[in-house]
Amino acid sequence: MTKTSKTDMQHVIAKRVAQELEGPCVVNLGIGIPTLVAEYLDAEDIYLHTENGLLGVTDVEAEEIDPNLVNAGKLPVGEAIGASYFNSSDSFAMIRGGHVDVAILGALQVDQTGVIANWAVPGKNIMGVGGAMDLLVGAKKVFVTMSHTSKDGSSKLLKECTYPITSTRSVDMIFTELAVFEVVDKQLKLVELMPGVTIEEVREKTEANFAE
Amino acid sequence: MSKITNSIQDALSCVESGNTVLVGGFGLVGAPLSLIEGLTEKDVKDLTIVSNNLGESGKGLGILLNQNKIKKGIGSYFTSNRDVGDKYQKGEIELELLPQGTLAESLRAGGAGLGGYYTTTGAGTDLGKGKEEREIDGVTYIFEKAIRADVALIRAHKADTLGNLVYYKTARNFNPLMATAAKKVIVEVDEIVQPGELNPEEIVTPFLYVDVIIEAQQVLTKEGVVNR
Repeated sequence: MTKTSKTDMQHVIAKRVAQELEGPCVVNLGIGIPTLVAEYLDAEDIYLHTENGLLGVTDVEAEEIDPNLVNAGKLPVGEAIGASYFNSSDSFAMIRGGHVDVAILGALQVDQTGVIANWAVPGKNIMGVGGAMDLLVGAKKVFVTMSHTSKDGSSKLLKECTYPITSTRSVDMIFTELAVFEVVDKQLKLVELMPGVTIEEVREKTEANFAE
Repeated sequence: MSKITNSIQDALSCVESGNTVLVGGFGLVGAPLSLIEGLTEKDVKDLTIVSNNLGESGKGLGILLNQNKIKKGIGSYFTSNRDVGDKYQKGEIELELLPQGTLAESLRAGGAGLGGYYTTTGAGTDLGKGKEEREIDGVTYIFEKAIRADVALIRAHKADTLGNLVYYKTARNFNPLMATAAKKVIVEVDEIVQPGELNPEEIVTPFLYVDVIIEAQQVLTKEGVVNR
């Protein structure tokens, strides 16, 4: 296992996902690692959509923070040139209607067909779902970013999700600190090992079946 | 008759125990903070509150929650207020969790006179359980019912005295939808202007939806919620 800190690991994953994005495209970033992806985007024609009602999200300097201008994680953001605001129904019409090119989401579990669980944990009160289910059914492509294993070391890439699934739709790509997978015909395919990672380590830490 | 009032309690005079109340905002952003505070001072109970979140712990709708005035919450993300989970655990509140896009669309449908609609969101998941399924062109959809309410409490940036509304940045969120989906719509704004001062091309909520207008007494700043 890599000895990097959690934060370093998150940045490694975020940086790798950013390389996968090619403009012109509209991308929705979820909370957590996906939010960090914005730091690694340099193409001017990658536009960020946030489901609380803004197309054209940028970062913001501390002195320019506006409390009424936030992203879906309720963090302060800025408004890009060419940005637009819209209500929540229009925002989700963009999402469900297939007008957002890529959604980048975190996940708690991914099964070997690419179905994910990212909104609830059994045994705990189910308290929040936000836009996760809408993004799963509607974005043209869905990329998942997550740590490869849980805190107890168990694989988060499973034969079957044990947590409630977010959608029956399979995601398109999965990025962890160990590897990159594509989902092709409902099967995971290992497409890349992250630097310094061996295939043995990935095999050992992945419960799901995957093609190499 | 003028829609404008200076008294929060006058503005809220139509709210009764047992009402279903739509409350705008995404967290505190775009939430009608003065009207929410007014509700906390009003003797009402058994409210069904439709709002993305139930505020934060001890803030916004979180105060109303802690006063046990909310019988049921309908929203998409109660996680932002840990008190909601505690109350739910004790059986002190009913909750209905909807995907955020479904919450928004159900309000839109309610305001547009529809009974409901079919969506792919939630199909095949725990949140789709018990809902009617229908296959359309080979895709599985679930039926979602429209939401309509007795009262909507919303936040806009400016109103003219007729009740035309414009919004500010991401404080717009659910507010324009809620403005369409309740029998009585009460709006708090930063500024009230004369008809003609708002550009007709910029008006998001036309005046026919709005019943009562009041200037906001509390605003969200970088330092938190402050009195004006």
